[in-house]
Parts: sequence; C-alpha cells; structure tokens
Amino acid sequence: MKILIVDDFSTMRRIIKNLLRDLGFNNTEEADDGNTGLPKLQSGNFDFLVTDWNMPGMTGIDLLRAVRADDKLKSLPVLMVTAEAKKEQIVMAAQEGVNGYIVKPFTAQTLKEKIDKIFERIEG
Amino acid sequence: MDGTPINRDLLLEKAQALVASLESAETSDEQLESNIDEINNLRDNSLFQELGKMTREIHDSIMTFRMDNRIADLAEVDIPDAKDRLEYVIEMTEKAANTAMAVIEDSSPLAEKLGGEASQLKSQWDKFRKRELSHDELRSMGHDVETFFDESEQMTSTLLAGFTEIMMAQGFQDLTGQIIRQVITLVHEIESNLVELVKIQSENIAKDESRPEEKKEETKLEGPQVPGKESSGDVMKGQDDVDDLLASLGF
Repeated sequence: MKILIVDDFSTMRRIIKNLLRDLGFNNTEEADDGNTGLPKLQSGNFDFLVTDWNMPGMTGIDLLRAVRADDKLKSLPVLMVTAEAKKEQIVMAAQEGVNGYIVKPFTAQTLKEKIDKIFERIEG
Repeated sequence: MDGTPINRDLLLEKAQALVASLESAETSDEQLESNIDEINNLRDNSLFQELGKMTREIHDSIMTFRMDNRIADLAEVDIPDAKDRLEYVIEMTEKAANTAMAVIEDSSPLAEKLGGEASQLKSQWDKFRKRELSHDELRSMGHDVETFFDESEQMTSTLLAGFTEIMMAQGFQDLTGQIIRQVITLVHEIESNLVELVKIQSENIAKDESRPEEKKEETKLEGPQVPGKESSGDVMKGQDDVDDLLASLGF
C-alpha cells in the first residue's frame, strides 16, 4: 500500500506519516501542495491519497478534482484532512468525490477509523 | 497645481477704467482708489477660489478615505479579531507544550521502573548462572520474571500511547501557522492603507486610483475555527458533526 501525503506544513505531514506507520502503512511519500503532488500521483502507482485543503499553489480541492478528472487516477481513494470546517466546503468535497473528511485538530483514532472505513467500502 | 485663471476681460475692463480715471483731470483720489481696489479684489477672488478648490479636494479625499468601509472594518473588526486569533495561538502553543510535558513527566517514572526491575532481575539471573540461588529463590525469580514480562508489555504500550499523544500535540504548528498567516495578510493590508493615507496627506491624490482587488475564491477558506469567533456560514463543531453531515449525504 503506497500512500501520498499532501500538506503544506511539514509538521503535519510528519504526524500523518507517523500515524500511518503505526497503522502498518510504511510506504508513504510527501508533497507540499497539489502542484507537486499531482505529478507524483501520475507517475508513482499510489494506492491512497491523504490531502490538506488550504495550500498555496494548488489547493486540496483542486487536486481532488484533478485526480477525478484523470483516467488513470479517478478511482484513487482520497481522504481530506483539513482545518476547513464549513458545511458548504464539506458538501463541496463530497460532491467532488472525496472518500473521507477529517477536520483538524484530529485524533489518531479518527484517522484509523476513517481509513478503515474507506478500505472496507472499497473491498466490500 | 494650476491656479484659477484670472478673468482677463474683466481685468482689462477694470484696467481701462483705471486709465480713464487717471487721464481725466476731474477724477477724485477716492475714485482712483476705488479703481485700484477693484483690480485688487479681482486677484484676491481668484486666490480665494483656488484655496477653496484645494480645500474641497482635500476634504473629498479624506471623506472618501473615511467612508471606505474596508478601513472601518479593519479598525473595528479585523484588528480586534486578529488580537483574539493571536491569543488563541498562544493558548494552542501553551496547550501543546503542556501536553508534551505532562506525558514526559508521566512516562519517565515508568521507564525508570522498567529499567530498575530489569537490573534487579539481571542480578538474580547472574546468581542463578553461578548456581547461587536456593530452590525458593529460584521459584521467586520465576515469579518476578513473569511479573516483569506482563509489566513491560503494559508499560511499553503506555509509553507508545504517550509518544502518539506528544506527536498529535505537534499539530498546533499547522493550525497556528495558518492563523498567523491570516494575521500577516491583515498586517499587509493595514500597511497599504496607511501608505494611502500618507499619500492623501502629502498630495492631493487622484481619487479613482484603483484599489487592489480582493482575491476571488469560490469559497473563502477560513482555516482553523477559533473558539468564540463567528464564521460566515454553517460551521461544523467537530468530527462528529462532519460525520453526521457526510452520513446525510450518503457516506
């Protein structure tokens, strides 16, 4: 399982990376916004994307749209981990095809639950 | 600045009247003075007009500046709001520091205890290797080893949970970073407004100078929710709210 973590704050990328490692996912890569993340996704055989929303350059919602618009990537599961907590934003993310949505600050337990749920859904 | 042009026709008329008065032997001194005064008045009037025009322009500029809602918002809303947000940054950093310190304070004794028990077992083990243990002591060591295994398992998982807690507490860096960026943007805006104010004072600036356009976004990103801060639109209180909303959308 290869996972891409996209967030403009390196501390947050590190936190997510460590949490994923605790959950048994050791194969992770990082990018600091959509502009650097998208090429990685396109060339890297990733199985899962964890992305922030508010990032300079290309935002998470635009990255999600780009993923869904890309024939090779469109079925990639995407989990959004963001401080954006407005209803219209969550609805927008859902409409754009996000698979899970976590608001910061979050707990290790929440991340585990959402990831489990996403994979249950995909396998089921 | 160009002065208001003097009315030349009027000046010529007054000047000719003055010449006529001078040429006529019958003109009284009063008449001559009155002719000269009229010419003087003409000059004073245009000066007053010019002064009046300048005053009006400055007044208009200041009024435009004052009427600009954004300026009022900055002073009444944004700056107090930024102060609250910065207070929240202090609160979050303090909380993160305290969380980390608390876990460390709770964990250190556990690590010490484990180490202590391990060295005690080691000395018993050494005795055993040298065949210095009695049957009873051997049985007691077996019991201690079992207890040690249980305890190390338990304490290790407590320590690991502590590590995760310390790690999660570092999330403050992202959230406070986002808030501080918002405040930096605000400071830039105040700066450019101050520059504009200075311009108005030093020169009579053209009023139609274009203002920097606000960045357009489909939905303005608000970043972390700050307690006690009203946000535009519906805001989720936490992960449970988000989950409920997504569930209602069929997730």
